[in-house]
Amino acid sequence: MKRIFIFSMVLAVAICLLAVSAQAQAKKETFKYEDKIGVVKIKKGNPIHIACWMVVAGPDASLGTDTKRGVELAIEDKGGKILGFAVKLSVQDTGCNAEGGQAAATKLAADPTIVAAIGSNCSSEAKPGAPILWKAGIATVSPSNTAPFLTDPKRGPEYDGYLRTAHNDKVQGAVAAQYAFNQLKLKKAATVHDGSPYAEQLQAVFAETFKKLGGTITAQEAVAPTDTDMRPVLTKIATGKPDIIYYPIFIAAGGHITRQAKEVKGLEKTKLMSADGTFSPDFIKAAGDTAVGMYHSSPDFSAFGAGYKTFLEKHQKKYGEKPIAPFHAHGYDAAMIVFAAIENVGKTAPDGTLHIGRKALRDALYATKNHKGLTGNLTCGETGDLADPMIAIYQMTADNVKKLAIPEKPIWSPAVAAPAKPAPAKEAPKKK
Amino acid sequence: MLKRWRERITPTDVVMWLIGGGLLLLIFWGSTATLTAKTYTAHHWFDFIIFGLAQGSIYALIAMGYTMVYGILRMINFAHSEVFMSGPYTAYFIAAAFHSSGFLDQYPILSLIMIFLVSMATSTLIAVLLERIAYRPLRNAPRLIPLITAIGASFFLQYTFRGFYGSGFQAYPVVKILEGEWAFGGFRILKFQALVIVAAAILMAALYSFVQRTRLGKAIRAVSEDKETSALMGIDIDRMIVTTFVIGGMSAGAAGVLYALMFKQVHFFMGFIPGIKAFTAAVLGGIGNIPGAMLGGIFLGLVESVGPSLFLDGLGIVAPYQLKDAIAFTMLVLVLIFRPTGILGERLAVKKA
Repeated sequence: MKRIFIFSMVLAVAICLLAVSAQAQAKKETFKYEDKIGVVKIKKGNPIHIACWMVVAGPDASLGTDTKRGVELAIEDKGGKILGFAVKLSVQDTGCNAEGGQAAATKLAADPTIVAAIGSNCSSEAKPGAPILWKAGIATVSPSNTAPFLTDPKRGPEYDGYLRTAHNDKVQGAVAAQYAFNQLKLKKAATVHDGSPYAEQLQAVFAETFKKLGGTITAQEAVAPTDTDMRPVLTKIATGKPDIIYYPIFIAAGGHITRQAKEVKGLEKTKLMSADGTFSPDFIKAAGDTAVGMYHSSPDFSAFGAGYKTFLEKHQKKYGEKPIAPFHAHGYDAAMIVFAAIENVGKTAPDGTLHIGRKALRDALYATKNHKGLTGNLTCGETGDLADPMIAIYQMTADNVKKLAIPEKPIWSPAVAAPAKPAPAKEAPKKK
Repeated sequence: MLKRWRERITPTDVVMWLIGGGLLLLIFWGSTATLTAKTYTAHHWFDFIIFGLAQGSIYALIAMGYTMVYGILRMINFAHSEVFMSGPYTAYFIAAAFHSSGFLDQYPILSLIMIFLVSMATSTLIAVLLERIAYRPLRNAPRLIPLITAIGASFFLQYTFRGFYGSGFQAYPVVKILEGEWAFGGFRILKFQALVIVAAAILMAALYSFVQRTRLGKAIRAVSEDKETSALMGIDIDRMIVTTFVIGGMSAGAAGVLYALMFKQVHFFMGFIPGIKAFTAAVLGGIGNIPGAMLGGIFLGLVESVGPSLFLDGLGIVAPYQLKDAIAFTMLVLVLIFRPTGILGERLAVKKA
């Protein structure tokens, strides 16, 4: 008797529980939002949190400040709101090295309110940082990472949440080499990198293209980013008698090489060329008068879309100066793509809570097609390359150095130079 | 005799000697290969040596500060790299003002002297304050405590200067009379490198004779031998310790300007690497020993400049200059294997061990 009683009691409780849960489910039926990785829920009145991880302190601060300004202007153009929610922007410094990138990414990953990230600046930061973010379900769009590795098909699934609006250095290195060999008619080149993935891979592409064109590479040297005395390594390079030195490194070390190359015997007439990492007024400050006449490979401002002019006006108005590095427009585009993706996947529940699925957001970012950005027409490739890369060559004039301003107009770009045959820079984003 | 030898040599010694011998062999092999390949002419080697000497004399000047403070307080003053940074960074603002007003080009020597004075004064002030605030209250504490304080003081100073002058870097103006080079018979020396080497040599000679020849110097040496006895002999210990910090600060301030003239960039973190290198130089030369610090600094500078080309080029290693720090520290290991107290450190260590 007692046993039957207990049994019926347990049964009754179970039935009650089932009924309650069924009722609860029936209530939820009106709004359902699922995601394989997770859903960010933003209550009404709370902001959508976007995080920048960029280098905003130290010798390379101009690079991060520049891209951050691009993101800020994008938010302004959106009226500060997406889907009726305010946008909150937070910034983590990354220091332009692997440790800094790892630390910043770890901090971001620990913050569940972050919807998406924009960054990093230096490829060395993204290498350890992007996997950390993706593990936490945060997709990141970089405005200025250019190392080929980051969007290589072999990069591994931990980089699945990574995209970039910056060009791939496979393009930049090739353009630089073409200019040196075909336009300057130089036959012997030396390269210097600083061990960072950006510099190492970029100089490798340069060297490979230069050799393919028929030139000779006399040396592929390396320094440390904190080195100051470059005279010994330059003396070693001088023994190969190169016509040009390509050193796609960062500002501090790049400044030292530019200054000291003139002091080394045998390099007085050697041409110097650096890349987008040093294309900044800060670099001109570091190199001083010795920067006059040197070349830079960098994104082609003159090929940017129609909106770029108004962007520059807004920039001038808000910050009182011209852009201080080459990647502001890429920062703007990265932010706009993120916003568009959020608008696509964000759903508001009846109670006003915004739901954003992390996997859905990542997929929406990767589905970006024909986005009319400042830097061109952006379409996402299979591995996250969004850019429509147009690289040009710039030359510093005495006037640039005097005014501490980067040149506005390139002296050469593959698109302008060879309109008849399809320039390699133009076709690069569509192949995949 | 043989038996006593056998008892004194431990297996560790044998392993160490084998490592040391192996390294020496590698160095010898690399050097011969490089020299027989004849990639470099005598002019190149001369250039390498001058570059190394210039860099080395700066290391040596900073190392003086480390070694003197160690000699008298038995502690490593890790904030010394910030003493080194504070001088030239502050003097930059004078230099920039002189440059923009044209004074620098008009009276270059006078301006340089003033830049040196400002830099040395700032570094000295920081060093004295450091001693007074951070180290003196802890003088009788266990040895590890001032060491940790020194590291804390180092961070404090770095970020204070970052707060004062910003996180970016500043570029030192070019002094026109120091541009260009002197050439004699195919060999050449850049003018400012000559200045760096000569100025450092004069300063080191002056400091060394100050410590060896004057009454004050004698008192400092007495305090570093034995504090209590010197106090009994009527020496004011506090004053001697402050004097030591003043000397260290002055040489760091001077080294800072020389560094800034050579590399033209100053920022709040600039002291870190030269500081580490100078500390290495002090250990290499035998910490606590002043001529040792000079020797260690110059040795380190030379190894960094000449080493990668001489040792590694012949071995066919690509991009050897990436490994210049590795070479410098390998040399430190090598020296410490054969002389655990540093090149000139023996006498001192025996007395105080």
